[in-house]
Amino acid sequence: MKELLLLSGLGVLALVSGLLNLRKIMMPLVLTGLLANIGFCIYDWNSNELVYNMLMMDNFALAFSIIFSATAFLWFISAKDYFADDNNFSDHYALVLFTLTGGLLLVSFTNMVMLFLGIEILSIPLFVLVGSHKTKLRSNEAAFKYFLLGSFASAFMLFGITLIYGITGSFNTQAIAVFLSQAGTVHALVFAGMLCILMSLAFKVSAAPFHFWAPDVYQGAPTHITAYMSTVVKTVAFAAFFRVFQTSFGAMQEDYMLALAIMSAVTLLVSNITAAVQENVKRMLAYSSISHAGFMLITVLTIRTHSAGILLYYAMVYSISSICAFAVLKQVKIHSGGREMISTFKGLLVRNKLMAFSMSLALLSMSGIPPLAGFMAKYMVFVAAINNDYLWLAVVGVIASLIAVFYYFKIIIVMFGNTPDDIDNSTIILPAHIRIVLVICCIGMLLLAVMPDILLTIL
Amino acid sequence: MLTLLLILFPFLTALLLMSFSDKMARPIALGSAVIELILACFTLFTLQNGQTGLLGLNYTWSSSLGISFSIAIDGISMLMILIASLVMPLVIYFSFNKQYNNPRLLYALMMVMQSAMIGVFCAADGFLFYIFWEIALIPIYFICLMWGGENRQRITFKFFIYTLLGSLFMLLALIYVYLQSPERSFDIQVLYAAGRNMSVIEQGWVMGAFFLAFAVKMPVFPFHTWQPDTYYTAPTAGVIMLSGIMSKMATYGLIRWVLPMVPQGVFEYGHIPIILSVISIIYASCISIIQKDFKYLIAYASIAHLGLISAGILSANTQSLQGALIEMLSHAVNTVGLFVVYDIIVKRTGTSEMSRLGGLRAIDSSFAFMFFIIVLSVVALPFTSGFVGEFLLILGLFKNSPVLGSIAGLSIILGVVYMFRSFQTMMLGPTSPSMLGLPKLNIREKSTLFIVVILIIVFGVYPKPILAITENTIKTLLEGIQ
Repeated sequence: MKELLLLSGLGVLALVSGLLNLRKIMMPLVLTGLLANIGFCIYDWNSNELVYNMLMMDNFALAFSIIFSATAFLWFISAKDYFADDNNFSDHYALVLFTLTGGLLLVSFTNMVMLFLGIEILSIPLFVLVGSHKTKLRSNEAAFKYFLLGSFASAFMLFGITLIYGITGSFNTQAIAVFLSQAGTVHALVFAGMLCILMSLAFKVSAAPFHFWAPDVYQGAPTHITAYMSTVVKTVAFAAFFRVFQTSFGAMQEDYMLALAIMSAVTLLVSNITAAVQENVKRMLAYSSISHAGFMLITVLTIRTHSAGILLYYAMVYSISSICAFAVLKQVKIHSGGREMISTFKGLLVRNKLMAFSMSLALLSMSGIPPLAGFMAKYMVFVAAINNDYLWLAVVGVIASLIAVFYYFKIIIVMFGNTPDDIDNSTIILPAHIRIVLVICCIGMLLLAVMPDILLTIL
Repeated sequence: MLTLLLILFPFLTALLLMSFSDKMARPIALGSAVIELILACFTLFTLQNGQTGLLGLNYTWSSSLGISFSIAIDGISMLMILIASLVMPLVIYFSFNKQYNNPRLLYALMMVMQSAMIGVFCAADGFLFYIFWEIALIPIYFICLMWGGENRQRITFKFFIYTLLGSLFMLLALIYVYLQSPERSFDIQVLYAAGRNMSVIEQGWVMGAFFLAFAVKMPVFPFHTWQPDTYYTAPTAGVIMLSGIMSKMATYGLIRWVLPMVPQGVFEYGHIPIILSVISIIYASCISIIQKDFKYLIAYASIAHLGLISAGILSANTQSLQGALIEMLSHAVNTVGLFVVYDIIVKRTGTSEMSRLGGLRAIDSSFAFMFFIIVLSVVALPFTSGFVGEFLLILGLFKNSPVLGSIAGLSIILGVVYMFRSFQTMMLGPTSPSMLGLPKLNIREKSTLFIVVILIIVFGVYPKPILAITENTIKTLLEGIQ
């Protein structure tokens, strides 16, 4: 309850911050709020607080709240200039904070209505944020596309929830689970409902074949919002995905496993193969984000062996690497006249050592090269898959990782193997806040690899 | 604790290097490499005095994943550490001969690589072994990418993808064995037990997956296609580390992981990799003979020698294993020698194409002499280090299979052909006018070659202390798998 009040309260405060002249202190306030949220979550650990029978602050919810707050914390620091806009800063703050509120509902719901509300509270501000570069055509196009397709997905979800309600007579996730495990033969409409929910959630986490919106939207949105979508939003969407399949549909694993397995295999292959031919770094990172969704889907597939810890670990590691990569991309863009092609990264080592170093750590981590945390995350996913008799999926994952190395290394090669062009050899001086974010991310990627147990064993 | 120090010391030096100026890079790097060598010698004494308690370390890394940070040293590891820490000071000392740009980063990467390679040689946990194995790849990739010659982006990338693909198969095999173990642990003894309990066919597959990773790294035919180009484009310091130490990670891996973990698989299906290795010997030797470029010749010669080592190890008898270990040491020293010679020639003449060279003995008579001794060691003449290793290897292979042993024995004859031919065309013959007046060897070049020559002769004349280091370990290893 505290967490919900805190985040939504912050959002409302941000909305009126323009009137109250809080412009200067808004950023520290938000950062403190996020830290307080982490503090509340730690304080509530093991309490299993039930909020009006709608939300339950169990350890799963708290752990995911902690990591999405931590990611958002890093993101806010790195996206400082996004909030520097004179006219819209209060809107930007408020919208982002409302998505966080939606995220909190998504990680903690015990009622299908809350799942739907969470998705909506998360999505509607995102539609606006994606289009927040009002003068840019691509941003508008992205927002419109996201809005149209997102509405469809929401409708599907609502339809699915309704069908499930029609058969089981309840919105409560536990009650649905009990009904499904006791019913001898399951009514066909349950499958239809489950399929609808599966599709809309797959849309939200951008798993193939529901991923077609993601590259366009990620590319069109402002870079900071892309970073936000591929980290915080993805984390909470996956938490919701995991939660609904763990609680409500736990008894029906046999029925959806194959569909999920094929979905993750397709996601892994399609996204990586498409990413390999991209020349635009932002679009490439969008495809990479889809491919990581493929890996995270495998954890949903292996629910039987308690893979929540693995999902938590994977989401955190991927978020850190992603924040790092997008922060570097944004800075490179600023200093190269808005270009974001692979060739823009030429000779980055000469232009700024920290950027080249942290970017390569992030890329190495995402491609799963030891000793970085990304390797541990992928390794755990592979072991979980093999342990659940999905050896073929693990092999697909290995092939996908190899293709991924191919395109991630394109950037590393131009950063280290080339000398900068004549036009682009100016050194880049990073603002202090970006430097802090990059250093924290690098330490995080190494530290999580050394101590995987801090995230793995708490769930 | 001593083992941990051996692994961490180069790594800490790398951090130290990055915090000092470029001017300090050379002395710090060389100093650290020498201290590491002294540490290694000290470890050797500790090991021989039987104080093994100092050498092991076991610290739980992640109990939920069954991984521990477990390191230990026995005779075989010790020899490998000696090789790594012997080659490093030589490489660093000789690299002062050339002005590399950004030397801090170069030496830091080399130090990180040494750290990882020593980690590979000490790891007593499957997962840790894999982690170190991969870490070692990253610095050498960047060394080749940043200081390499033309076309380096494409060539080094091929190298990276190739080795990564190989090691991913090893990872899958490791996970497979790990999932067979009742304790769900990566501890070396647990993996050995789990591996030996598997059926013969399973053992064969696991051996195949491991061999794939090692065959890429050594390399063995037909997985060698990355190697000649990579050696050609890599900077001298990098290529010595690649060929001198890194290829030994693979041969070490065969001894440490494949033989004891899946002995049945090796006895039943070992002939397949042995045949591949023997093909590799003959194929690479023949290609070596027709090479026009000296560096490519060294690269292919290296494939031939490692093929022999690999065939010997998989024959799994006392002679072949002893021979393999000695040959690894000898190959490392010879490699340093050959690439130093290459560097000296290229620095003076600007080319390594043998037909354009001739009469280089005019540079310096001592150069010709020392190069000749290195050539003799490469072709395994008695009283050079190459002889002891190759003799034992061919003997061991012959005991396993007389046919294959005889074919592999051809490698010595073929070796004489390509090495003597290169020596003849480059050093002897009439000195062309353009080769006159080249500067004599400076003190650094001369002393590096001198050390190499001394090592070749000492190991060749009196190999007993080296054999003594590994003797007991090999005996226990072979008893374990019988």
